[in-house]
Formats: sequence, structure tokens, C-alpha cells
Amino acid sequence: MDLTTVWFLLIAVLFTGYFILEGFDFGVGILLPALGRDDRERRVLINTIGPVWDGNEVWLITAAGAMFAAFPEWYATLFSGFYLPLLLILIALIFRNVAFEYRHKRPDAAWKARWDTAITVGSAVPAVAWGVILANIVHGVPLSADHEYTGDLLAALHPYTLLGGATFLALFATHGALFLALKTTGDVRERANQLAGRLGMVTFPLTAVFLAWTLDLRQNPAAVALTLLAILALVAGLAANRVRREGWAFTGTTVATGLLVATAFTAIFPDVLPSTTDPAGTLTTTNAAASGYTLGILTWIAAFCTPVVLAYQAWTYWVFRRRIGVANIPTD
Amino acid sequence: MDALDVARWQFGVTTVYHFLFVPLTIGLSVLVAILQTMWLRTGNERYLKLTKFYGKLFLINFAMGIVTGIVQEFQFGMNWSDYSRFVGDIFGAPLAIEALLAFFLESTFLGLWIFGWDRLPKRVHLACIWAAAIGSTVSAYFILAANSWMQNPVGYRINPESGRAELTDFVAVLTNKVALITFPHTIFGCFLVAGSLIVAVAVWHLVRRPDNPDADTYRFAARFGATVTLLATAGVLATGDIQSKIMTEVQPMKMAAAEGLYETESPASFSVLTVGSLDGSRELFALKIPYLLSWLSTGDVNGEVHGINDLQAQYTAQYGPGSYTPIIPVTYWSFRLMIGFGLAAAAIAVWTLWAHRRGRTPTSKWLLRAALVMPVLPLAANCFGWIFTEMGRQPWIVFGEMLTRDGVSRSVSLAEVLTSFTAFTLVYATLAVVEVRLLVRYARHGLPDTDPPEPDPTDHDDEDKPLAFAY
Repeated sequence: MDLTTVWFLLIAVLFTGYFILEGFDFGVGILLPALGRDDRERRVLINTIGPVWDGNEVWLITAAGAMFAAFPEWYATLFSGFYLPLLLILIALIFRNVAFEYRHKRPDAAWKARWDTAITVGSAVPAVAWGVILANIVHGVPLSADHEYTGDLLAALHPYTLLGGATFLALFATHGALFLALKTTGDVRERANQLAGRLGMVTFPLTAVFLAWTLDLRQNPAAVALTLLAILALVAGLAANRVRREGWAFTGTTVATGLLVATAFTAIFPDVLPSTTDPAGTLTTTNAAASGYTLGILTWIAAFCTPVVLAYQAWTYWVFRRRIGVANIPTD
Repeated sequence: MDALDVARWQFGVTTVYHFLFVPLTIGLSVLVAILQTMWLRTGNERYLKLTKFYGKLFLINFAMGIVTGIVQEFQFGMNWSDYSRFVGDIFGAPLAIEALLAFFLESTFLGLWIFGWDRLPKRVHLACIWAAAIGSTVSAYFILAANSWMQNPVGYRINPESGRAELTDFVAVLTNKVALITFPHTIFGCFLVAGSLIVAVAVWHLVRRPDNPDADTYRFAARFGATVTLLATAGVLATGDIQSKIMTEVQPMKMAAAEGLYETESPASFSVLTVGSLDGSRELFALKIPYLLSWLSTGDVNGEVHGINDLQAQYTAQYGPGSYTPIIPVTYWSFRLMIGFGLAAAAIAVWTLWAHRRGRTPTSKWLLRAALVMPVLPLAANCFGWIFTEMGRQPWIVFGEMLTRDGVSRSVSLAEVLTSFTAFTLVYATLAVVEVRLLVRYARHGLPDTDPPEPDPTDHDDEDKPLAFAY
């Protein structure tokens, strides 16, 4: 396998990891008003992701950095082309991240309510925007022969990409609800469990239609196999939730989210950003790639660092493996 | 006004704003780690209180550092896509490695440190803050290596077919002499900020309430912070001296612009303050130290220092017609303000140590006022340092290879850049007010009452026990 393919795979893995991990912490944020009835309950929800959300977000920073280094043309075209969706994501993440740190820093209710809104909106907006962006990558965008994005904002919004946004929102909410059912005790756990079941009714059809449409756009046998597995994992996860097997239920949406993203990347390979206007504008793993020397160095560093990073991130989840409930929230 | 102008302003504003949080994050993470180490070594609860107290101020600040950093990373692609295409090979690599090697370490172990007080054995918990501190320091090295490549490009060739810069020697990029000296200079600058913040808070509590039950602890903190500040000042001066010689060698125009030196001189005198016309044709008032500029630039009191006019002629011959001169008032004044603000902080640190000599507790309202201003001084020095080094490189985005105006995104409209510039400016301004208020609120609150936390990594404890730390 040549290095450009290796790096395409690695970037796909980084984005997959990002959507799986931040997917559930976005989900927790989205469900904050729905599942947290009072301040203590909302603090339970926020503290389930407290120790890990920051580490989850670094997956995005690494994915973007790796894209910059390994496929500069892809990074440049994508980031300048999706200017406004990315701006929305940045503003949302700014408010959301600060909100986690700041909401408890003052006792008054209005202050907390404002930051709670920041967490909810700040989690929902990136979920939708990432769905729209990923769907656009699969669908292709108008590119000139020298790989410049030539569309406007409306070119990025059509039924398939909007469906992508809705699918990500619903899937992350379900994923987050199942994470909460797994990580909390008492009333919150009960309600998370029930809400996950109801959300599943929406998530399942959205995901199925989105995946079918994806396959219709980009015929690719490997993507068909991944799609079937993704749907199977989602069904299994929702079924496990019904019988209160919370670990398996969360594993189900984890696998389904991963396979959904994997399907998208598999469907476009070896393109990285297909052009809908001038075919010469299409970016591929070869014409978007950095030089072989850079890719070689990056490969060595990734080979040594990635296992270490995975090990200590996994350890974090182990350290904070215990469920928490309202009784664990300190009164101060 | 076009998209290029707005993109430049946006980069300036977001970078300077990001760098208000970075120095405190880097400096305080190490100082908090040192305090926690002292607690573990001595068992003295005073150090635990200080760890938790300054740790909280550190965390309020840390959240802003991260998110403004993501904006920086995205901005290269969003506003400067032609630059990204040109240098991705070289500039992207340290950025990717920074994320993989440093950011994961920093964020993961900081999460473990914040929430792990009662979940981890004491030594493991201490190792977590050290890991986070090392992560943030390592990240500074990689981003400075990337920036230094823009100042002094090394280890690359231009591919004649694609017109892109391609990496040929990664070790050369990481050992770029500009990077090797900029890194310690920046890190010392970070400790200048962190030390000053520690002094300011401690002196405020001491002067306001000399009978404070924690007075001894604050006395220790004030002396600790002042000592850090002074050591950092020595480091900043020593590295700054070496840096100015390297800068004269690789970017002579930047040195000439720093001094507003129009004609080549040998020996050259250092201008402490010059008031005159902007093109250097008229001098109204000048305060100069003979020989100093020659020595700063070349290490020889009689060394020749090239002037702006000579360099402009030389670059025109080399790169074709055009202006290769940065905006002189900006470079001249930012260079002086960087040094002046830094030295002012050091002076207050000396005063603080003097006021605490032989067991004394300061009572001076003037020291209190000075101490409250103190953290702002090195922050301002850092900002002007960055403004100087980036503006001094203009009109180049990559010195000698790419002009800033050629790096901008062609597909991004003025309306889009204006939208994002306005959005970031408003958001950043709002959050600056919130952050400063919170910092002041927690700083005023004073040292926490702490029972030393008992680590209990087993699962046999009470399931309903409150968390040692919760959002």
C-alpha cells in the first residue's frame, strides 16, 4: 500500500475517532435540557463527560493537522470552500468549551442557564454542520481546474447534505443518550434509557436513508458491505437498549457511527474531494498529497505515537469508569 | 479594503488574542506542578492550598487557550489557502506532530488531573500535571518551529512542476537556528507572565489584610512568583540578545526596521527613542546609545549594521520591483514596548522581594497598585513581541519565497471574511470580559480550605461519596 493510501486511511480513522468520541459528548450536550430537570441533574450529565471531552476534541485538531500535512490541497480547498459552516463550528465550539469550565463558577441561576444554552446549541450546531460537510465531501462540490471551490453557500445545501446534517444530529443524540444510560444512576439513567429508545425511532430511518443515498451516489462494493454492517450495528444497539444491556447498546451506536463515517470515506476513495463541475478539479489521494518524504516522516511518527495516545486515552476511560448520580455531586 | 486586508487583521487579532492565554497556560502549568511536587515532598498543606488556588486560575484560563488555538489551526485553510497549498508539506508536519505528540498529552492528562484528585494515587496524580505541563511546552516548540520556518525557511526545495515548497530535511526544520532561540525566549516570556500573576494575587491579599490567617502562605507565594519573574527576565534578556544577532543575520531588514535605521552604519548606535518623520529623512529628537546596536546585532561594538535603504535596493535587485520594507513605526515601537513592558515587570518583582525582605510583610499601597498592574505588563510585552516579529517579516509570509498577499484564499469573498472577522472580534471581546471577571472573582476569593484528599483508587469506597471535583 503506498503512503498516500495509508494517510487517506489514517485521516479517515482520525475523523471516525472524532465523530465516535465527540459524537457522544455532543449528544450529552444536546440532551442537557431534555434530561437534566434541575441543576444537580444537569451537573450529573456534564460530569459524565467532564474528564474526557477535551481529549475527544483533540481528535479533530489532529485530523485537521494531519490533513494539512499529508494532503495540503485537500485541506486548503476544503477549509476555504466550507468557510461558513466551519465558522459556525468554531463559534459553537468556543462557547461550548468555555461553558463547561464557566457554568459552575457563579451561583446565580441566570448565569448557569445561559451557559447551559451555550452547551446545547454549541453541541447541536457542530453535529449538523459536520453532517452537512461530510455529505458534501461524498456528494462532490463545484471545483475549478485548479482545485478552487467555485460554489456559494446554497451549493452546499441540497436535500442529500441536509439529510446528512439531520442524520448526524439524531445519531449523536442517540449515541449520547446511550452513553448517559451507561454512565449514570437513578432517575437520569432511566430517562436516558427511555429517551434513547424514542430517539432510535428517528435515527434509524434517517441513517438508513442517508446510507442508501450515499451508495446510490458512489457505487462501491466495500461501501455496501460497511453500510450493511452499520445498519446491523445500529439495530443491535437499539435492541440491546430495549433489554437494558447498556454496554452493548453504547457499543452498537459506537460501531454504527464509526461505520457510517467509514462508509463515506470508502465511497469516495481514491478521490478525496470530487468535483461536480470540472472533472479536472477533482482532488484525489495522489494529486492532493504532500511529498513522499513528508509522508514518510509522518508515518514513522504516527506509528510510534498513536499506540501510546490510544493507551493513555483508554486509561482515562478506565479511571473514570464508575457511574455517577446526583448523590455524587458535591454541594457548594 | 479587500478580503486580503480583512484576512490580515483577522490573523493579527486572533493570534494576539490566542497568545494572551498561551503564556499563562504554559507558565502556570509548570509552576502549579512545582507547587504540587513541593506539597508531596514536604507534606506542608500550604503548598496544596497554593496548588489548588493557582490551579483554578490556570483552568479558567486554559479553556480559552484551547478554543482560540483551534481557530488558529482552521484559519490557515479558511483564510490563507494558497499559503497552505504552498507550504503544507513543511508547515503542516510540525502542526500535525504538535497535535499528536503534545495536545493529546496535555488535554488527556489535564482531564485526569482535574477530576482525578480522589481517583488516583498521589504520585500518579502529580505525574498527570507534569505530563500536561510537558505537553503544553512541547506544543510551543513545534508551533515555533513552524513559525520559524516562515522567518527563515530551511530544509526544503521548490518543486518546479507544482510550484510548491517540499520538505527535504525535517531535522533542519526542527533545528532551525531561529526556532532553537525563539523557543527558550518564548518560554521565558511565559514564566514572566505566570510569575507576575502569582505575585499580583499574593500581594493583593497581603496588603489588603496583613492579619490574614494565610499571610505566611501568601508571603511565600509573592516571593516565589517574584523569583520566577526575575529568573525569567534574565532568561528573556539572554535569549533575546542571541535572537537579535540571529535575526540580523537571517532577516537584516527586520533589525533595521526595529531600529528605524535607514542608512547603513558602522558602528551603529541604539536608538532608545527617536521622534522624526516616518521616512527617516528628518530627526526631531533622538536619544541614542553609541555602539550598542552594533553590539546587539553583530556581537562587535564596531560591527556594520545594514540600513533600510540599502536593503530595499538589494531586495529590489534580487526579487524584482516592489517594497520590501515593513511598516517602520509599527516595528520600531513594538520592539521598544516589548522590552520596556518586560523590564517594568521585572522592576516590580525586585520591589516585591525588597518589601518581603527578612520576614517583612508589605503594607505599601503603591506596591499593591504596581502589583495589580504587573501581570498586564509581560502580557503586553508578549503581544508586542509577536507583533514585532510578524510585522517585521512583512511583506513576506515566507521570507524570500512567498508574499503575504499571494497566500490569501482566492475563493473566499470579502463578505465571508468580514463576517468571520466581525464574529470572532465580538465573541473574543465578550469572552475576554467574562474571563477577566472570573479570574478576579476567584483571585479575590483567596486560598481554599482544603483537607488533604485521600486517594482511594479501589472500588470499595462509598458509591454515593461526592466527587472530589465536579463541574
